[in-house]
Formats: sequence, C-alpha cells, structure tokens
Amino acid sequence: MRTARAKVHPRRNLPSLLMVLGVVSAPLFAGHPQPKNPKEEFLVMPGEIGHSGGRLVVSLRGEPKTLNPLIAADSRSREVIGVMQADLVHINRATQLTEPALAKSWRISANGLTYTLTLRQGLKFSDGQPLDADDVLFTFRVYLDENVHAPQRDLLIVGGKPISVRKADAQTIVFQLSKPYGVGERLFDGLAILPRHLLEKPYQEGKLGQIGAAPNQWAGLGPFRLKEYVAGQRLVLERNPYYWKADSKGNRLPYLDELIFVFVPNADAQVLKFQSGETDLISQVGAENFSVLSRQPRGYTMVDAGPGLEYNFLFFNLNDAGEKSSPEVLRKRKWFREVKFRQAVSAAADREAIVRLVYQGRGTPLWGLVTPGNKRWGNAVMPHPARSLDRARALLREAGFSWRDEPGGETALFDSDGKPVEFSILTSSSNADRSKMAALIQDDLKQLGMRVQVVPLEFRSLLDRVTQTKDYDACVMGIVSFDADPNSDINVWLSSGGTHLWNPSQTHPATAWEAEMDRLIEEQMSARTFTERKKLYDRAQEILAENQPLIFLASPDILVGAKNTVGNFHPAVLEPYVLWNAEQLYLKNVPESASR
Amino acid sequence: MTRRVLTRWLIVLLGLHGLVVCAGFFSPYNPAEQDRNHVYLPPQLLHLVDPTGHLHFRPFVYPWKLRPDTPDLREEDTAHPLPLRFFVNGAHYRLLGVFPARLHLFGGEDTRICLLGTDAYGRDQFSRFLYGGQISLLAGFLGAALTLLLGTLVGSVAGYFGGLIDDALMRFAELFLALPWLYLLFALRAFLPLAVSPLKAFFLIIGVIGAVGWARPGRLIRGVVLSAKERDFVRAARGFGATDRYLLWNHVLPETRGVILTQAAILIPQFVLAEMTLSFLGLGVPEPVPSWGNLLSNLQQYSVLVSYWWMYLPALLMVPFFLGYLGLASSLQERTETYMIERRSLGGVT
Repeated sequence: MRTARAKVHPRRNLPSLLMVLGVVSAPLFAGHPQPKNPKEEFLVMPGEIGHSGGRLVVSLRGEPKTLNPLIAADSRSREVIGVMQADLVHINRATQLTEPALAKSWRISANGLTYTLTLRQGLKFSDGQPLDADDVLFTFRVYLDENVHAPQRDLLIVGGKPISVRKADAQTIVFQLSKPYGVGERLFDGLAILPRHLLEKPYQEGKLGQIGAAPNQWAGLGPFRLKEYVAGQRLVLERNPYYWKADSKGNRLPYLDELIFVFVPNADAQVLKFQSGETDLISQVGAENFSVLSRQPRGYTMVDAGPGLEYNFLFFNLNDAGEKSSPEVLRKRKWFREVKFRQAVSAAADREAIVRLVYQGRGTPLWGLVTPGNKRWGNAVMPHPARSLDRARALLREAGFSWRDEPGGETALFDSDGKPVEFSILTSSSNADRSKMAALIQDDLKQLGMRVQVVPLEFRSLLDRVTQTKDYDACVMGIVSFDADPNSDINVWLSSGGTHLWNPSQTHPATAWEAEMDRLIEEQMSARTFTERKKLYDRAQEILAENQPLIFLASPDILVGAKNTVGNFHPAVLEPYVLWNAEQLYLKNVPESASR
Repeated sequence: MTRRVLTRWLIVLLGLHGLVVCAGFFSPYNPAEQDRNHVYLPPQLLHLVDPTGHLHFRPFVYPWKLRPDTPDLREEDTAHPLPLRFFVNGAHYRLLGVFPARLHLFGGEDTRICLLGTDAYGRDQFSRFLYGGQISLLAGFLGAALTLLLGTLVGSVAGYFGGLIDDALMRFAELFLALPWLYLLFALRAFLPLAVSPLKAFFLIIGVIGAVGWARPGRLIRGVVLSAKERDFVRAARGFGATDRYLLWNHVLPETRGVILTQAAILIPQFVLAEMTLSFLGLGVPEPVPSWGNLLSNLQQYSVLVSYWWMYLPALLMVPFFLGYLGLASSLQERTETYMIERRSLGGVT
C-alpha cells in the first residue's frame, strides 16, 4: 500500500550510493542480438511488432531516492526500478492476472502449502552473468533477513512464519508455506531477483543498504539497465542486451535503445514539457490539465484509461487521546468516535460534486474501498446512498447534537455539552485535487452547522502528524493500491498496521468491529478459493461502510497521453500506467536502418 | 493647482473605497456561497440593446449555455435575457461590519448574475472581489498605521536625541531592513497552532507587516527631525527653556507631517501587495474567506491560466486602486515640497 502521489516510507529513507555517484556510464552495447542461442528460452510477447532503436523521454515527478529495490519505498524510485528489475511471476497490468516471468511455470500443491517454480533456461543478468536457483535462494534470504529491513519482508511472512525456500535442482525452486496463502502466486510479483555474484559480499558486510545501481554494483533482469545518472536532471537507461523476452517474430526486446527519465518537480511543468514535445509520454495527469491537453493536441493523443485503483477519503482521528490531553481535544475525539457523527458526515458529503468539480467528470464517486477499476473484488450489493442532509441531521440529532441560530442568519451545531462543533481538515498542499475536495466538504458540512477549517500542509509533515504525533482532527488523503488483490492494502485494514490511518499500530483492536475486520482479513488471506475469499472480503467492505472509519469520496480515472509516434502504447489502470510494457514500446518514426 | 489634483485623487480613492467598504450592498451575493452547477462561468456583459436592435432602459445579461457539440465552450443564450433588478433583498450581510442588512444594489430574478464570472466552486467573482478588498485594503491600512507609528516613534527619538541613542536605534533599524521577512513569517507560522482562524491570520499578517516595515519610514522621519531640530524657531524655543517633550510635540513632529502622509500613501498599496503575496503563498487569510491574494492564487494553476481568462479580471480591477494611491502620493509630495519652500523663504524674510 502506499499513499498517493507523494509517497514516503518514514523508516526507510536510507541514503543511497546513487546520490553520490554523479555520472556513471557503462560500455555501450553494440549491435542487436538475435536469439540464436538455443539454450535461451524466451518469453514471447503478443502484440504489435515494432522496430528497434530510438530513445523515449519520460518525465518523473522528482528524483528517485534510490534504485536499490531493497530500500526503495517511494513511487518515483519504484517506477524506475520497475523497468530495471524482474520478478519470478508477474501480474499483467492490463489483465490484472498473473503470467510467467523469470519462472516459466509454477505448480501449487493440493494443500496450498508448496509452490514449485521452474526457471527459464539461459537467463542472464544485465552484466551477462547467468542466473540460477542459487540467485533466487540468495534473493529470498536477503528479503527475509530482518537486518536488511526490506519493505518486501512483510509480504513473505505467512501465518506468522517466514516462507522457507529450497532448491530442488539448478532450475527448480520450492517454496514452503506454513499456512495456505490466498494471494497465491501473486506473491512473487514485484520481488526483484538479486544478483548474488555482486551482492553476496556487501550482504555479508551488512552494507546492502548503501548499494546503488551503478553497473559495477548491481545487475538486473529488467528490460533496461543504467547508463548515466545526472543528479537533479536526468537518468538515462539503456537496453539490457540479455533481456529474456522476444516479440512474436523472435526479435529480442526491448525495442528502445534508451529510456530517459527527466526530473520535473511539478505537475504543471510536466504538462508544459509534454505539450512542447520534450517528453514522449505523460501519466497521472490531473483532469483540468487533461482538458487543456486534449483541446488542441499537437502530435499526441490523450487517453482516459478509465477508473484506476486510487481511492480518496476523509478520515477522523480515532486515536485514544490519553488522560493528559486538553478538554478541547477530548471533546473532539468524543464526536469523532461517535459512529453516527461519521455517518452523518458521510451522508452530507456531495460525492457527485467532487467528481464533477475536482475530476471534471473523469472519475467515480465512492462508497467503499474497492474502486471500479478493480475488476474482481467489488461488493455488488453495497448501498450507494444519495447525498441527504436530512439523514445527516437525523443522525446527528440521535447522537445528541443540536442546532442554535447564530446572529447573522446562520445555524451552528452544538454537542450535548453545548459546545460548538468546530474542527480542521488537513490536506496535502501539493495536491490541488485533494485541497479542492476538502473545500467542497467544508461547504457541505457548513450546511450541517459545522465550522470546518481546511489546513493545507506539506505532505511529509501531514503524514508525520497522522502516523507519528497523531495531532490532528481530520484529514483528506488518497491511496493508490498497487494491485487489485485486497492484500496489497493489508496494512491499512489490519488494526496493527502502520497505515491503519485513523488509529495506526494498535496492540489490541480498539473496537469490536476492528477486531472483526482483523479476523476477516486474516481469514481471507489463508482461504483457498476466490469465492471464499470474496465472501469474507465483501463482509469486510460492509463493516467499513457501516462504521465509516474512512469516508470514501471518489476515485479518479487514469489519464495519460503519448506522442502519436509511440507504438504499442496501451495504458493500464494499474501502476506503472504507461511504462508497464516498456519493453514493447517503440518509436514509429525511427527509420529501420538507423536502428542497427 | 496641486491642491486641485490632490482633491481629485482623493475623490477617486474615496469612491473606490466606498465600493469596498459597503461590499455587502454593492455585491449581489455572499462571497463564500458555492453554486456547484455553475463553475467557471465566463463574465456576463451588461447589455442595453437586444438582438433585434431595441434599446432597453433596464440593463440585462444573457445566461451562458454550452455551445452544441463542444464539451466546455459556452455561448450567450440570447433567447432568455435576464433583466437586472435594483435594490433587491438577498443574502444577509452586515453593513460596515455592524448593521445587519439584506438589501443589495442589484441582483437577478431567479438566476444568478455574475458580472465577473464564477470560480472553481461557482462562487461569484464580483462579490469576492469587493469582499476581498475589505480584507486586503484593511490589512494595508492597519499595516501602514502600525508601521508609521513605530517609525515615527523610533525616528523622532533617534533624530532628536542623536548620539549613542541615534546610533543604537539606527543599527537596530538596519537589522530589520536586512531581515528576510518572508522566511520570518514562514518560521512564525510553524510555531502557531495548525488551524489559525481567519481573524488571527489577519492580525498576524498585520503584525508581521508592521513589525518589519517600520525601519525605512523610521529612517526618513529621523532625517526630517534632524533638520527640523536645527531650525531657528526650535533653537529659539529651546533658548526660552522649552522641554524636550514640548519641543518634539509642538515644533519638531509637525514638520514631519508631510512626510508621514506621503509615506502612508506609498505604504498602503505596498502592504496591500504584501498581503496579496502572503495569501498567494497560502500564508494569508484562509479560504473560503476572500482576499485579493486568494483571488489571484487561482492563477497558480496552469490549467486555469490557459482556460479561464476572466480569472485575471480581479488583477485588472485592482489597478485603479493602486493608481489612485500612487497619484495621491505624488501630489502629496509635491504639496509638501512647495510647503517647505514657502516655509523656508518665509523664514528668510523674518
């Protein structure tokens, strides 16, 4: 799980060697290899046949913190790492289903506890060294090592015990689980396989966290490898000559010679760069900028890829305030913990207006956590109550709130102790969409007599307030799930989760319904069939809708664009939206002869 | 001659400020009221002549409708003119912040009339401009008053007593001149509680503007005091045994009156701009309370900049205010200079 757009992981901002590398370069690969080696088993990709050559320029919202997948937690780093590394089994971003990657096949035992994966023949890292089962064993040893603090570790603990990994032969690896795991082979997605020949020594010395992506330090299995890094400006990746995918004609992928990320700090600057033709692709475009770009497209096409997996919501601070807090804080927490208060706020929120005004209609109102972009997990029977101020008022009245006329013709809401209902909503100052949502909710709640202030805060300090100091009233935030499977956001729903935003990292579930949620989430994790999991997850969605710890608001469409010269451009609603098939992207205007 | 120019500028300014002070009456709607079905409506022009060429004495506007087969382009719907009604009852407001009232100069019958268009929330830009002026101009006024009070105090003490006091105070003033005040405000804001009420934020702005701005007028006033205290009539009074306090109050300070007035006319627009800068950066009075800075901060977004030209209009309408103040300042300065020359030549005769 990660919070949308400006994402950080508070614990894992380790310094990366990449930052001090300055400019690195690798010997250029000459010529275009044909898959003549009979030992190599290519993964053949369907799709349009492109031609090789050329460079594609993409803007990145700021510099990646690191290219080391063991410490990367921010989305920018992960976007780059995504095209430099590869996993055993991969989730196809378009179909949302798993497909073979480094493992050409896998088998799950009847009891669901043993996974047997067979590696592709003739795999090589981007430095030409061969890959075998020992690299895979090493990779999982590193991920599971507590001292490494890899963010992937949590995913590999099933039923409280780490997965055990064993080598059957040079191409076959056996994973043993202590409990059945509902996600199945999706588990392997995003777990980059590490080069043992380069990392063994730093690992023994405990220096893995300081390793960058320089060619002499790291080798990946992704379609691209690092060529040049200019701090503060750009990152140049070049074709990995040993990549293991080919098109249906047998040409080794990727098509592009170079993939260049330029660092552009804000959304408007990204739009200008794309509009002027400096970049070839653009993703995560805001709705208003999307209209601007669509108005007079000059050699590019804008695409509304449909609803994504981002959900935006309002939540109240439900943490235990403690004895020492001021009476004001205690009073506010009492309102927020009243479920009818939260239901009233939800009933008053004008979701349709949010979709219309914030997303210009390119979005969907939300009443639950599963966005329409998620194809399999939505609860179809969930109610979608229309906005009703009357229902909101009735709920507040039941909870003991009352109204009084203020001088000046306005009515104000008072709690049962006769104190006016006033609180503030935090938003991220860098996210114009969410600030706008907060302003709309402010006005919605004014009609209930609540006096609300919107406080824009820099994202990092906002996150610090929510997860660390817990000093806030309410907050508008968004989360982009990186997979459609419910397990991707498990840290939000488990009461012990660090991103259980309204009351994070609880030792015991604070309420009965949170305990029930914990049970459902854990049960669906070990349930064997999809139907079983879906039933449990549907119930979890109902509990959330009933208790409104997060008041779901809206989900934006994935808005992207590409120059008309970019071939095989098929945006997905899962991240990375436009670069998920980077190896198949090609430039139509590169002459065939020039590419060789 | 100068006196006539001065009066002319004063009348212009009084008229403009009258509009802002009585914003409740001149603006048709509550500035925070959202109309979510009519966001980013272009301004409605006042018409007197209908499409058939007939002249109407009651001005009217046309509502906007979407142009067929375009997603977001609008055109005037000439089939349904909306006549302006004058002296209508509408939203509640308080005249001069005290008297409750609901009479407005004009308004529409059923549909809203938005002379400057609407913003991202469908709020009437015209009402927001007038109400926003209240905040911004008042911040300018109070900021200038505070600055001049502090400046006069420090400047006159430093100039009159001279010596070590002068040195100390002037070095202190220089320190303030060198202070990066924007960062000071950032730092100050970090210490304050998270949610600052609009009123607190307003006084914070004035406090910061006043505390930082006094150094320059202070030095000017010191200069005037320095020369004034050496005048013959001041020396004579001192010879007769007048106390320092008497001298400062009755002979020296009146000499600075011209400078102070001119400074005020320069500082007010400068501080209005300061308020706008702060609001533009999100450090000013929080939304949905309108201020001129908040109005302009809409333009920070590229999409607004290229799509909705009428969001620039508030900036254009602020120009007469600033021009008025600059005109006033220059004619005030002229007047002070002639006055000084007259005084000096008179002094020569006696």
